[in-house]
Order: sequence, then structure tokens, then C-alpha cells
Amino acid sequence: MNQSVLKAEKLGITFGGLKAVENFELEIGESELVGLIGPNGAGKTTIFNMLTGVYQPTEGAVYLGGRLMAGKKPHQMAKAGIARTFQNIRLFKKMTVLENVKVAFNLNMKYNGLQTVLRLPGYWKEEAEIDRKGRELLKVFHMEHLADNIAENLPYGQQRKLEIARALATNPKVLLLDEPAAGMNPTETAELMEVIAIIRKDFHISILLIEHDMSLVMSICERLVVIDYGQIIAKGTPKEIASDPKVIGAYLGK
Amino acid sequence: MKTKKEVFRSYLVNLIAVVLLFALLLVASSQGLINRYISGIVMTIFINIILAISLNIATGFLGQIALGHAGFMSIGAYSAALLVKYAQDGMGVTLLVKGVPTAAGTAWFLISLVFGGLIAAFFGLVVGIPALRLKGDYLAIITLGFGEIIRVLIENLSFTGGAQGLKKIPKLATLNVVYIVMIVCVAVMFMFIRSRHGRAIMAIREDDIASEASGIPNTYYKVLAFTVAAFFAGVAGGIYAQYLAVLGAANFGFMKSIDILVMVVLGGMGSITGSIVSAIGLTALPEFLRQFSDYRMLIYSVVLIVVMIFKPSGLLGTYEFSLTRLIDRLFGKKSNLPAKAGKGGAEK
Repeated sequence: MNQSVLKAEKLGITFGGLKAVENFELEIGESELVGLIGPNGAGKTTIFNMLTGVYQPTEGAVYLGGRLMAGKKPHQMAKAGIARTFQNIRLFKKMTVLENVKVAFNLNMKYNGLQTVLRLPGYWKEEAEIDRKGRELLKVFHMEHLADNIAENLPYGQQRKLEIARALATNPKVLLLDEPAAGMNPTETAELMEVIAIIRKDFHISILLIEHDMSLVMSICERLVVIDYGQIIAKGTPKEIASDPKVIGAYLGK
Repeated sequence: MKTKKEVFRSYLVNLIAVVLLFALLLVASSQGLINRYISGIVMTIFINIILAISLNIATGFLGQIALGHAGFMSIGAYSAALLVKYAQDGMGVTLLVKGVPTAAGTAWFLISLVFGGLIAAFFGLVVGIPALRLKGDYLAIITLGFGEIIRVLIENLSFTGGAQGLKKIPKLATLNVVYIVMIVCVAVMFMFIRSRHGRAIMAIREDDIASEASGIPNTYYKVLAFTVAAFFAGVAGGIYAQYLAVLGAANFGFMKSIDILVMVVLGGMGSITGSIVSAIGLTALPEFLRQFSDYRMLIYSVVLIVVMIFKPSGLLGTYEFSLTRLIDRLFGKKSNLPAKAGKGGAEK
């Protein structure tokens, strides 16, 4: 197997007496697309929160490119190369589309307070660069004409895309998408699949995807991990998963 | 984004406006148009502009309601006052000749402002680190408590003059110098907000979970914004001390913090030019209303209520007034920029 980019080892978290996730194992290779599915309340988003540093796992560990990521805060995780989107869209609503993306470039910017206040060349150089890079990124998503719009005025599908663009601006190695197709109509979902294809092809980023839209999951994911009640119940290719009796049991009841 | 050339053009336009206003100030004072009453109002306006914008950084841009701004102002005021008093009495520097500041006096004035600002910023840092773990109401209460602690401490410590106040502070604040200080403060705060730092601060206001996930160290930027706000409140306090020449802890009570907050909210949370407009308006309005002395505060309150009913986001919302844009419109030049993205907000 090629070198794993993101690896979770025996990951688990307990809230009080409740074991929300237990013994979660995952390995994602370079440019791989893995789907994480399971019924509502199975612990999918909790796993995302552990992988991005929002929750500190009580057991096990997360490795990024072989490095142990213990005790890292979300912004440190983002800097290390894990970017994410949210189940309920979280944009910087009152800021423009371009500014939303620019915020995410901040972690690779260096000009300091003095350069800011005196408007020294360092300021102009970096600001011009992220302006260019931001517009290029929006262009990939066919959103360059919306650059100066206020984010909250965008249609739903565009907001989803903007959130993904913002996540990519942090220059991640792994992208975690939390239900990107939720609430989308079929046209928007098709567009989203196109976007995901672009990300893999042009950016060489591994993706971990939570999704309830089974047609989307089955058609684009290379591997699937199914969890229920915080535990992995099945792993494999979409084809294997679709016929797995345990998975069918979890979704439909035995 | 506007090109660098356009941005420089707007800087130039604003610089010219600033110089013109300064010339106007000089002419008016040489013609004897500015008596002590008028100069007092103008000075208060300058101080309030700095106070309102600095609080706007914490409340409007960072989105954290802080009710202890008068506390930082008083720290700056007392620090600056004690420093210039020491320079005069302890070091024997001649700061004033016949009530007019000497060159050394002006230099010490500027030093004392930076000193007052730094001390206030230090306290901003110390208070900010624990306080900014809280949000909304809780932060409001903690900053309120901090402001009151400072007031009580000043009232009870001996080196601050205690309840009798600090007297005989050299009156080093002259209108011209304070005007320049005010412009520099406004420009610095403006540059700070229009940068990656300001963008990060606004992102935290919009969604702190998303900003953290986008690689913004929230705690760092929250404390930074709070400290910068405290610094400029301290500078404003330093001017205040050396304009009044007498300081008393009662001047920095809870109501002072509220007054500043009202200016920020009325002008628009997240609008620097809005803060300038409302600082001017709310300082001048009670003075214009003096002839209706009995109803003065009543009218003032009604104005506030009316604005809040018809424009709850404040006079300017998050919009920035831009002199460049106004000129372009007046002379029929087409501006292809949406209002919000305008980069060259007016400094005055």
C-alpha cells in the first residue's frame, strides 16, 4: 500500500459515561477518496471533530503523514494539513466571497504589524499574491464572477462550494467533507461531484467524506467505512458494502 | 481588489483632506474664531474619536462586547499624567512657558501618550487572556468588573491622588498636536483593520469555529484586538489628562464606558468612519442643545432611540464612507466597485 497520509489508530472518545466512538481505525492514502457512512447519531461528525482537533480523543491517536497529532488545536491541525467543511455551512457571512478565501490564506502569510501599519512592500507583495491565488481558486470552482459578493447572498449550492474553496485555501493534505450534498438538488449534487473530481485531479488531496446521499457515495468513493453506535461495522469497496448484511441491518433494522 | 495605484490615489485624497482640515484649524485659531469653549468641544471630539474607534475594534470588528473601556482610558490617563508630572517636577524639564508647551513639552506629551498607551495595553493583555475565553454577556460582565476595580483602586491608592484626584498636571495638549495624534491613531487603526490581521479578527466575529478550522489562532487574534483597543484607549486617556489638567476617578465610571459604547453602536459596529461620525455627533449634539437646557438630555435620548429604531445596525452599519468614492461620484467618474469592497475609507 502507498504511504498513508492520514491515519487513525484505535481512536475513541468518551463523554462522561457514554462511549461515543470506540476503536476507530482508518488509513487514507495519497489522493484517495474514502467515504464514512452510518445511520444518524452513529458518531461520524464526532470522528471528524477528533481528526480536526475540536475534540481531544480519550483513546488512540491521529497521525498525519506519520506525525503524531496529539493535543493539537484546530488551527494547528489546519496548519499541519487537515482542512474541513461543516455539516451546517459555516461561512464568514458578512464578508465577501474573496475575503472568505483570503482568511484561509492567513496561515501561510508572514507580514507583521509594522509592515501592516506602514504599508511596507511586504504587505503589498503578499496581499497581491493572495488576491491572485484567491481568484485562481475561485476560478477552479467557476465562482470568479462572484468574488465581490457578500457570502450570505450566494445560493445554497454556491455557499457549499465556497466552503470547500476556503478549506482548500489552507493548502491541506487531507480534506474532510461533512455531508457536502446535504440539502442539494440533483443538479447541484452533480456539480459537487464534478468539484470533488477536480480537487482530486488538480490538487492531489486525499478526501474523507461523510454523506447520506448513497448514489453519490457509491459512485465516487473508492473505499467505504461504515460505523454504527461508534464502532466500525464494515469496511470495503462500495460494492462489498452494498451487499453486506450488517450494513443493511444497521440502516434498515434487522 | 483595487490596484495599488487606485489605493495610493485614495491615500493621497485622504491625505489632502487631512491637510486641508488642519489648515482650516490653523486659520480658524489665528483668526480668533476658536475660543476656549469651542476648543474644548473640538478637543473632546478628537479624544472621543480615538476612544470610539478603539472600542469598535473590540466590539464591532472582533464582536466582543466590552464594558470596561473607561478603565483602560483611566490607566492611560494616570500613567501619562504621572510621567509628565515626574518630568516636570522630578527631572526639572521646562514643559510650559506661560501656558504654552515648549518643544520639550510637546515631545514629553507624545512620549507620555505612547507610555500611557503601553501601560493600558499591558493591562489589556493581562485582562484579555483570561476574559476572552468567555463570550457575549460573560465578557461584558468581566470587563465591567475590571473597569470598576480600576476605578476603586485609583480612588484608594496614594500615588494616584486618591479620591481627591490628581492635580496640577501640565496642560500639554494643544489642539494642533492632538489633531495630528488623532489622525495618526485613526490611520494606524484603519491600516490594522484592512490587513490580514483585521481580516482574521472579522472572521472570528463571523464564525469562530470556522475561523479556527481555517487556521486562524482565535485566542491570539482576540487578545491582539483587545490589546490594540486598550492601547488606543490609553492614548486617548493620556490626551484627556493633559487637556483637563485634573483627574478624578469619578470621570472614569461605568457611564463613561457606556458613552463610548453608545458611540460605537450608533455609528455602526464594524465601521471606522461610522465611529468618527457618531463621535462628532454625540459630542457636539448636547452642546448645541444647551439652549434647551431642560430638555437637553431628553432630546439626546430621543435621537438615540430614533436611530436605533430606524437603523438598528447603526448609522453606517459596516459600510465605510470613502472620500475617493464621493469625489468620483461628484465628478461623474464611474466606480466599478461595490460599496463594501471600497478600500480607501476616509480618515476624516
